[in-house]
Amino acid sequence: MYSHASESLIKQAREIQVSELQKFYSRLMKMLQGKELGHDTVDSLQRLHLILSATKYTRTLPLELQKRFVALLSSPAEQHQVLSAAVLRETLPLTGQELNYNHQLNSHAAGLLLSQVGRTEIERLSLLLHYCETCIYKTHHIILQLSKKLVDWLRYASVMQGVGTSSGGFFTGPRSRQPVPIAELDGSVSGDFFTVLCVGQGFTEDQWMNVYSFSMLRHWLLTYHSSCSTTVDADDRSEVDGSVVSMVSATSSSSRLLPPKERLREKAFQYCQRLIEQSDRKAHKKTDTELQKACLVEAVCILDCVCVEDASLVYRTFPCIKALFGRLSSELSYARVLLPIAQFYLNHGEIAAVDCENVWKVVFGRFPTELFNDPFLAHELLRFLRLNLESIELRVPQYTRYFPNLLKFLAWDSPAMVDDFVDLLPSMVTTGTAVELLHTLLDLPCLSATLVLQHRSTCLPISEPVGRSFVSLDAFRNPSFRGLFLFLLRTEAGSGDTMDRLSTLHELLVEAADWPRVTQCARTVPVLLHVFFNTIVTIADEKLLAHLILVMLERSSLLLNIPAYIKEIHRVFSCHLLRLCKLHPSLVVNQSHELLEFAGSTANVYSKEELYTHVVWVLGEYLSVSCDSRCSVSLITSCFEALEAVLFEITSSAPPTGKVCPAPKVINTLMSALAKLASRSHDLIPRVSLFLSKLRTVTRSGSVAWCSDEEDLVAIVTRGEELWSLLKAPGVAQSVLTPPPHVIAPQWHRDTNVALPLQLRALTSLTHSQ
Amino acid sequence: MVRCFLIHTVCPVSALSAGESRVLYSRVFGPDDGVLSERHRELSPEERRLLQKEKVAAVARQVRSAVSLSREASGRLIVETMPGEENLALQDADCGVVRLRAGDPFSEETSALWLGVQSLGFTLVCEPHENLLLAEGTLRNLTRHCLEHLHMLGQGSEVLLKSNRIDVLLSRLLPHGQLLFLNHRFAQSLEKEVAAYMAK
Repeated sequence: MYSHASESLIKQAREIQVSELQKFYSRLMKMLQGKELGHDTVDSLQRLHLILSATKYTRTLPLELQKRFVALLSSPAEQHQVLSAAVLRETLPLTGQELNYNHQLNSHAAGLLLSQVGRTEIERLSLLLHYCETCIYKTHHIILQLSKKLVDWLRYASVMQGVGTSSGGFFTGPRSRQPVPIAELDGSVSGDFFTVLCVGQGFTEDQWMNVYSFSMLRHWLLTYHSSCSTTVDADDRSEVDGSVVSMVSATSSSSRLLPPKERLREKAFQYCQRLIEQSDRKAHKKTDTELQKACLVEAVCILDCVCVEDASLVYRTFPCIKALFGRLSSELSYARVLLPIAQFYLNHGEIAAVDCENVWKVVFGRFPTELFNDPFLAHELLRFLRLNLESIELRVPQYTRYFPNLLKFLAWDSPAMVDDFVDLLPSMVTTGTAVELLHTLLDLPCLSATLVLQHRSTCLPISEPVGRSFVSLDAFRNPSFRGLFLFLLRTEAGSGDTMDRLSTLHELLVEAADWPRVTQCARTVPVLLHVFFNTIVTIADEKLLAHLILVMLERSSLLLNIPAYIKEIHRVFSCHLLRLCKLHPSLVVNQSHELLEFAGSTANVYSKEELYTHVVWVLGEYLSVSCDSRCSVSLITSCFEALEAVLFEITSSAPPTGKVCPAPKVINTLMSALAKLASRSHDLIPRVSLFLSKLRTVTRSGSVAWCSDEEDLVAIVTRGEELWSLLKAPGVAQSVLTPPPHVIAPQWHRDTNVALPLQLRALTSLTHSQ
Repeated sequence: MVRCFLIHTVCPVSALSAGESRVLYSRVFGPDDGVLSERHRELSPEERRLLQKEKVAAVARQVRSAVSLSREASGRLIVETMPGEENLALQDADCGVVRLRAGDPFSEETSALWLGVQSLGFTLVCEPHENLLLAEGTLRNLTRHCLEHLHMLGQGSEVLLKSNRIDVLLSRLLPHGQLLFLNHRFAQSLEKEVAAYMAK
C-alpha cells in the first residue's frame, strides 16, 4: 500500500531547491493566466499542494500567485475551487482585505475562511446551513433566525419525494408523474413528517436541510441553549407574554405561541420521538440498520439535552425512554445505545422517581462480561464513568462492587484502557473491598489470560485438535479447575478476597506468560498499584494497612511467572511498604511476626532481593520502643537473631546454583539493621562487633565466594568498619543510627547534611586512632 | 464536530524512526485550536500552522502506537489484498479508539477513532459529545471511498497526487467536519456527485 514511490515523492517535495521552486511558481503563474485550465495545470496545482503540505514549515507564495488563487476560489468549476482552497490552506492567510466575500460563497471557500480566521461558532454554523446566503454579520438575531429556520427544516420539510437526481437512462419515467410520498426504511409509506430515516427516489432542498439540521442539532442545543447563553432571552420574551410561556411549555399543542428557543426544543423532542419509533422498523439495508442505531443514540442524547434545559419535559420523555430500554436491554448489539439511556436515567431518574436498578445491572454487570473485547463500547462506557463519576458515586453506590467486571476491559486491551483506569481506579478503592482489589490487580495478567482462553474457547470447536500444545485451554475446559477461572471471571466483589489454589492457577497458565495480551496487561499493573496505594493511604486505618502489608508479603511469591513482571511488582511493594511503615511505624511491631518470618528466610535474599532489603530496613528502623511501646527486649533480640543468622549464611558460602551474589545493598542493610537493633539493646553489641571484625579478617585474605566484585566488597567492608567503630560508643550509636524525629524533621534545607554515611564517616575519622 | 481526518502510515518506514508515522493526508476542521486557547494567542500564523502540523503528527504517532499494540495483542497476520478487493480489505481492517487527553495534543479531550488497513491508518479525531457510532460508520465509508477512488491497494501514489479527490469526498460526507446522518439514499446521491467529480 505505502510504496517507495510515495516516500520518495515526499522527499522530493520537501527537498525542492528554492530556485527550482521559483521557476515552478513562474510557470504556474503563466498557466493560470488563461481562462481555461487544462489537465497539465490541474496536475501542477496538485504538485504545488504536495510541495506545500509535505513540510511543516510554511512556504510563502509570491503575492501575485496567491491573489490568483484567491480569485480561483470563485471559479465555477469545482475542481478549481478545491485545488485553490487546498493550496491556500497550506500558506499564510491573507489579511481581511483580500478575503472579502460579498458574493456567493461556495463550500470550499467557506471552509478555508473558517479554518484560517478565528470565526465565531455562530458564523460557522450559519455558513454550514447557508451556503448561498451572506450571514457574516455579528448580531444575536442570527441565533433567533436560525432557530426558526431549524424548526422549519426539522418539522416541516416536504413529505413528497423529490425528483431523482441522475435518473437518466433506465428509469426516465413520464415527466408528469404523480408526486410520491416518502417511505420508511422498511418500505412502507411514511405516515408522519420527514426525518433522516425517510427515503425517496430523490430529495428536495428542504429535505436536505432536514438532514443537515438534525446532524448539527445537538451541537446547536449544547452551544446556544445552555444556561450561560441568556443574552437572547430578552428578545425571546418580547415575542410572547411571559405568563403564557410557563403555562404552555408543559404541553405540546400550542407550541406556535412559544418563543423560538422553546419551540425548537419542542420540535426537537417530537423529532427524536419519531426517530425512536422509526428505529423499531426492520430496515432493508445493513447500513440503514447501523444508521438507526446511531439515530437512537443521537435521539436519546438530544432528549437528555432538552430535559436538562426544561425539567418539565422529563415526564413526557421518560415513558419513551423506559420503553426503549425494555426493548433493547437484552440485545447486545444495541449495547452502545444503552449508554446514552443510562445517562438519561442518571440525570433524570431521581426527578421521575424511577427505579434504575436494572439499568446498572446491565451496564456494569452484563456489558463488561459479554463485550469486554469491543473497543468502542469499552471506550464509551469508561468515558461515561469518568464524566459522571461524582453522580454515580452518589446515586449508584453499588458501582464500587463491580470492579472485577470493569477490570476486564483493562485485562483485554491494556494499552487503550490504562489511561481511563488511572483516572477511575481511585473511585473503586474502598476500605471494604481494598484487600480483594489488591489481589485482583495482582492477578490481572491471569484475568487477561483467562479472557484470551474464553475467547479462543468460543472460537475453536472443542473437537478440533489444536496444533500447539494448549495446556491452558484444556485446563480452562476442565471441570475440576472451573472454580478457579470462574472466580477470576466474577462480576462482583464480595465473594472472597482471593482463591485458595492460586499457585495451581499460575501453573496452569504458565504458557500464557508470553502471550502479547498478557504481557501488555502485566506492564500496566505496577502503574495501577501505585494509584491504589496512593489512594488507600488516605482512607485506610492501621488495621487495614497491616492487612495489606501481609498481602504484599504473601503475594510476593505468588505471582504469574513473568520475570519482568515479578521484579516490577517487588519494586512497587518495596516502595509502598516503606511508605506505609513511615506513616505508621507501629505497623512494624504489629506485624513483626510475619515480617520476621520473611526476613529470616535466606531464600528470600536470592529470590526477592529488593523486597527483602526493604523489609530488613523497616525492621531495623522501626522495631523500637520509641515507635511502639509494646516493643520488648525479647522482640528485638529475636529479630536480631533471625537477621544475624541470615547474614552469617549469606556471607559464608557461595550463592545456591542459579542465583547471583547478593548485592552490597542487601548486606549493608542487614549490617545496619543489626547495628540499629544492637544500639537499642546493648547486650547485642558484642555479637555485632564480633561479626564485623570477622568480616574484616575474612575479606583481608582476598576474594570471597559470596561477592564477585572487588569494589562491592570494599564498600561492604568499609560500611562494616564504620558501624563497628560507631558501636564502640553505644550511647552515641543509637542517636546516630536512629535519629530522634526532631533531628530528621526538615529543619535543614539540604538532606545531605544529615545523611548517615556522611555522619559515620565523620565519626570514623574522629574515633579511629590511626 | 470532527477535529481532523488523517491518513498516515502504521507500518515501519525506513526513513523514520521506529514509532514515527508519515502523514499522507490531513485535514483539520473548524476554528484553529490555537485561536481558541489562551496560550497560543500571541503566535504568528506561521507558528500556528507549524503547531497544527505538529499536533496532527502527534495524533498520527499515538494512533500508530495503538495500532501496533493492538495488532501485537490480537496476533493477526496482515494480509495484503489486491486492488479490487477493497471490501475485503475493509472487513479485515482492525479498528479501535484512542483517548487523547486534554492538552495532548488538542486543548480539550478528544477521541481518535482509527481503522488500520494493512500499512495505512485512517483516523478521525472527534470532539467530546460526538456520536461515535455515527463517526465509526462515517470513517468506514470514507475509508472505502479513499481505497477505491485513489487505488490505494496498489503501489501508486495517488493519495499524494490526487488529494483533491479526498477534499471533495470530505466536502460531501463530512462538510466542515460535520458528521451527517445519511441513509442509503442520501449517501447514494452524494456518492454519485463524488463519482462524477472523480471521473473528470
